[in-house]
Amino acid sequence: MKFTLSWLREHLDTQASVAEVVAAMTMAGLEVEHVDDPGKKLAAFTVARIIEAVQHPNADRLRVCQVDTVDGRKEIVCGAPNARAGLTTIYAPLGTFIPGSGITLEPRAVRGVISNGMLCSAAELQTAEESDGILELDGALAVGVPAAEALGLEAVIDFEVTPNRPDWLGVAGIARDLAAAGLGRLRTPAVAPTPGVFPCPIAILLTAPQACPAFAGRLIRGVRNGPSPTWLQQRLKAVGLRPINALVDVTNLITYDRARPLHVYDAATVTGGFIEARLGRDGESVAALDGKTYAVGAETCVIADGSGAIGLGGVMGGTSTGCSEATTEVFIESAWFDPIRTAQTGRDTGITSDAQYRFARGVDPESLVPGVELATRLILDLCGGEASDVVFAGSAPGRVAPIAFDPAYVRRLSGLDLTEDRIWSILGDLGFTREGGMVQAPSWRPDVDGKADLVEEVARIAGFDALPAEPLPEAPRAIGGVLTARQSRIRAARRALAAAGYQETITWSFTARSTAALFGGGEESLVLANPIAADLDCMRPSVLPGLIEAVGRNARRGFPDCALFEIGPVFAGDQPDDQRTAITAVLAPHGPRRWDGTDGDDLFDLKADLLALLDEVGAPTANLQVVQDGAPPWWRPGRHARLQLGPRAAIAAFGEIHPTTLKALDTPGPVYAFEIWLEAVPEPKKRAVKTRPALALSPLMPLTRDFAFVVAKATAAGDVIRAVLSADRVLIAGARVFDVYEGPGVDEGFKSVAVEVTVQPRDKTLTDAEIDAVSARIIAAAGKSAGAKLRA
Amino acid sequence: MSDLQALEAETLGAVAAAGDEAALEAVRVAALGKKGSISALLATLGKMSPDERKTAGAAINALKDKVSEALGERRTMLKERALEARLASETVDVTLPVREAAIDTGRIHPISQVMDELTAIFADLGFSIAEGPDVESDDYNFTRLNFPEGHPAREMHDTFFFAPNEAGERKLLRTHTSPVQVRTMQKTNTPPGASWIAAGQTPPIRIISPGRTYRMDSDATHTPMFHQIEGLVIDRNIHMGHLKWTLDQFIARFFELESVVTRFRPHHFPFTEPSAEMDVQCDTSGGEVKIGQGTEWSEIVGCGMVHPNVLRNCGIDPDEWQGFAFGFGVDRLGRLKYGMPDLRDMFASDTRWLAHYGFSAFAAPNPASGLS
Repeated sequence: MKFTLSWLREHLDTQASVAEVVAAMTMAGLEVEHVDDPGKKLAAFTVARIIEAVQHPNADRLRVCQVDTVDGRKEIVCGAPNARAGLTTIYAPLGTFIPGSGITLEPRAVRGVISNGMLCSAAELQTAEESDGILELDGALAVGVPAAEALGLEAVIDFEVTPNRPDWLGVAGIARDLAAAGLGRLRTPAVAPTPGVFPCPIAILLTAPQACPAFAGRLIRGVRNGPSPTWLQQRLKAVGLRPINALVDVTNLITYDRARPLHVYDAATVTGGFIEARLGRDGESVAALDGKTYAVGAETCVIADGSGAIGLGGVMGGTSTGCSEATTEVFIESAWFDPIRTAQTGRDTGITSDAQYRFARGVDPESLVPGVELATRLILDLCGGEASDVVFAGSAPGRVAPIAFDPAYVRRLSGLDLTEDRIWSILGDLGFTREGGMVQAPSWRPDVDGKADLVEEVARIAGFDALPAEPLPEAPRAIGGVLTARQSRIRAARRALAAAGYQETITWSFTARSTAALFGGGEESLVLANPIAADLDCMRPSVLPGLIEAVGRNARRGFPDCALFEIGPVFAGDQPDDQRTAITAVLAPHGPRRWDGTDGDDLFDLKADLLALLDEVGAPTANLQVVQDGAPPWWRPGRHARLQLGPRAAIAAFGEIHPTTLKALDTPGPVYAFEIWLEAVPEPKKRAVKTRPALALSPLMPLTRDFAFVVAKATAAGDVIRAVLSADRVLIAGARVFDVYEGPGVDEGFKSVAVEVTVQPRDKTLTDAEIDAVSARIIAAAGKSAGAKLRA
Repeated sequence: MSDLQALEAETLGAVAAAGDEAALEAVRVAALGKKGSISALLATLGKMSPDERKTAGAAINALKDKVSEALGERRTMLKERALEARLASETVDVTLPVREAAIDTGRIHPISQVMDELTAIFADLGFSIAEGPDVESDDYNFTRLNFPEGHPAREMHDTFFFAPNEAGERKLLRTHTSPVQVRTMQKTNTPPGASWIAAGQTPPIRIISPGRTYRMDSDATHTPMFHQIEGLVIDRNIHMGHLKWTLDQFIARFFELESVVTRFRPHHFPFTEPSAEMDVQCDTSGGEVKIGQGTEWSEIVGCGMVHPNVLRNCGIDPDEWQGFAFGFGVDRLGRLKYGMPDLRDMFASDTRWLAHYGFSAFAAPNPASGLS
């Protein structure tokens, strides 16, 4: 909402500057968004008088003027047809930036004559869209008067009103708070009632009290409508409203002045002798004043007469009964519409009119008759005529219940140390009344319904500056730190992955439903009803698509070599425990070719990073099973595995993304990826004792033996290793594959897996016979469990 | 004994002439081998008289020792020379490029970094961390937080909704992390299926709740998904002065500036009463934000005393307990501190942006070393 200082001064006797008003508004809780100050913008422009204007020697359409300016007599070349001796106009000195033309004045010869400044049009000052010549001002103005003052331009303060303060949607309400804050004396003019001289011929019917519980009105006959006077037009224009005609302008003025929306009907066009506020009927529609026709439903409050619906109650009037310059009988509506229903009608119709905005927030229920009287006074002043009796139907909502209030609560809740007198005087200035220990909020404050609200009133008027900054009392601290094990894990994982060379990114929690479906998601319950974009309409089942698409975007920019990770939520349903945390990484290796020939299979680089990460977050990696079959369709078959702790407890998966999936996401391959489902990874038991088990070091040297096993091609090396390790749980300390071979010397359909086994003697050096016995057990176990034969 | 001298000269000459270990070994065998010249001489000792044997034996053994020593020295010398030759032949071009160190390419996203900074500050002030789900009920996101049904304040949240589910309930994406405050304050809140979701506590309460939040908005300073950290302190005698001190502390510690000027002014939120916002003084001329300078104000936090209705809605008696709540936009804070021009870039995954604005894995903020 906007207002000007002069408007404010109608309600507030103050000498405060615009800056002081803005500061006081801010500290009272009104957020000033912008101050448009023509005085500042037009500071360089001043009033000047043309003393002499003669034809330019070299140009027919130019005149050389001698001008009295704030800088003395100046010779100025002017192209305006109205530049003539004696004209009082606006002068801009050299160096001035002209807002309308976007240029800065330089001393430059115009067809051989130097112009020492510029005489300006309204368009050049941006006070009008276009203009025919330079400004023509009152000759009584003194040379040197600032242009803004000469043109009657004022600073316009634009501010945001929080939804709890409908009273701030009128200048009078703002003045009240500023007066309470000490900025001046409140002087909102009282409205003397105008006695009616004839009965109102239009009856009011309220058949939907839940939508419109109260309605006041009056007819004024014999009015002469037409353009409103300059002061009114200027006032409306300053706050961004378009003057229409006196009757309509009066309603707009009161809307902004008192936060009291009104509507005026051309009474001659109202049929049936009544105006009814009721709910809409099926098939009804209203041709509204914005030129559009709106279908109304049974939940919409409409205004109707004998012809049917003629307006959207509290939102917008209709064209059939609108006031024009031909109007001679006007009916004034001052009603109260239910805020929630009005807000809903606003949403349904897409209309946010000044009336709708105010009714949706709650108009003062005691302002109905005063609104009619104020409008009457203005209409009689501007348009003449005589007024009927005021008609009133229904009853407006009452005030909120009185609040039991102990002034000591101010200190308890805010920390402010104020005297009781100060507290009562602030509340009194704001219109609150006191009876014993009870405080009654004024009718325009429906938001104040508890003692905390009263503390807020007192604190914001006393000033938040005055609040003490008091240190938070010491609280007992958790000895083991404040993070849960899970939170610590996430932090560890994040830093570990960054240390392993992955860049952390954050992608949207939502994706396209079709993309979600590619990764096993996309179910109905996770589809947004109102997505911000069609391709962000479904909660993601996995972070993978987001990261893969990120790889694609980077590749298209010429940076295909990506290692990205994200730790964030994935969604299996709309219940709280359907949300899980996934640690997801992708590796898209397209790095530079290497001179040392160390390029291996990147899948195993990724697997190494995954295993290291699982260790870092304390997963029981020793018991992990690597399960290769049954890859979901977004993984490339044969190059994917799940890591499981039991037959069903998958904690992670890794592999290469399926080429078809990559194609669907418009991303070049290969892309390797892993994901860890954090909640599935058991948390290590918290141990009360932090000492580690004693370190038992064998004095005996370990020894290694190599075995080349021939197994079926499909047999997993992991199975061979598991079999080997099982051969002797005491002596075998480790086993690792160091070569895998297929080709000549190994039968078709088989491969050779070379394993180095480390044997750690426990209490004595092993004899050759004992070593041979271990070897035999290893060969037997590998044969039994993995079908392995020793390579000949 | 000129024979012996000749043999010595000949053998030592051969040792010195041996060019490699194989040649030297041949010399050794020729002299000291089973059939070697010196071994042969030693074999003659047995046939000598004791006196003869005494003198000749000493001389031959002296010769043997001398030859052995010469052989050893020559062998060491040859080994060293061979090693030098081998090493010289294995010279590499050390100007060849290295494999880029992982620690140099890996990065922490600035939002995570800022979250860690905030956690460090608030952990030091005695706050613990509570979390909750992104998909929330209307009840937790609005109703219990004193947003009346149909109230314009709900509209201002630009909420993302899901279609009503089978039970007729319309879920939504939380517009703030305040539902976590509700979950924490509701002491009867039964622990949900997932253990990471905040369970109810009895006051006193001192938590922060970080996480993803969602509103339908997208421009340079708004993204449809963003991050918040909210704080909640409930105790018997916590008032607005404590809130002001906490925020002043936080802002000074976060921006690591002694001279941050803040402005605490009234505002309105349905869930707090009184409500406030805090601005920080800054200078935005020249396209970058400089905190602690200039004459402009940048809004940084919304806050207030928890509304008695909210306490009541969570089963807490507002006549016994009171406290404050506040909420920051983490992305905004990061932008103010580290100067990213456009918030949308935070979620664009451009590797160049991540490399530029990201943080090293080792740059973990902690109160001992400072945050950044």
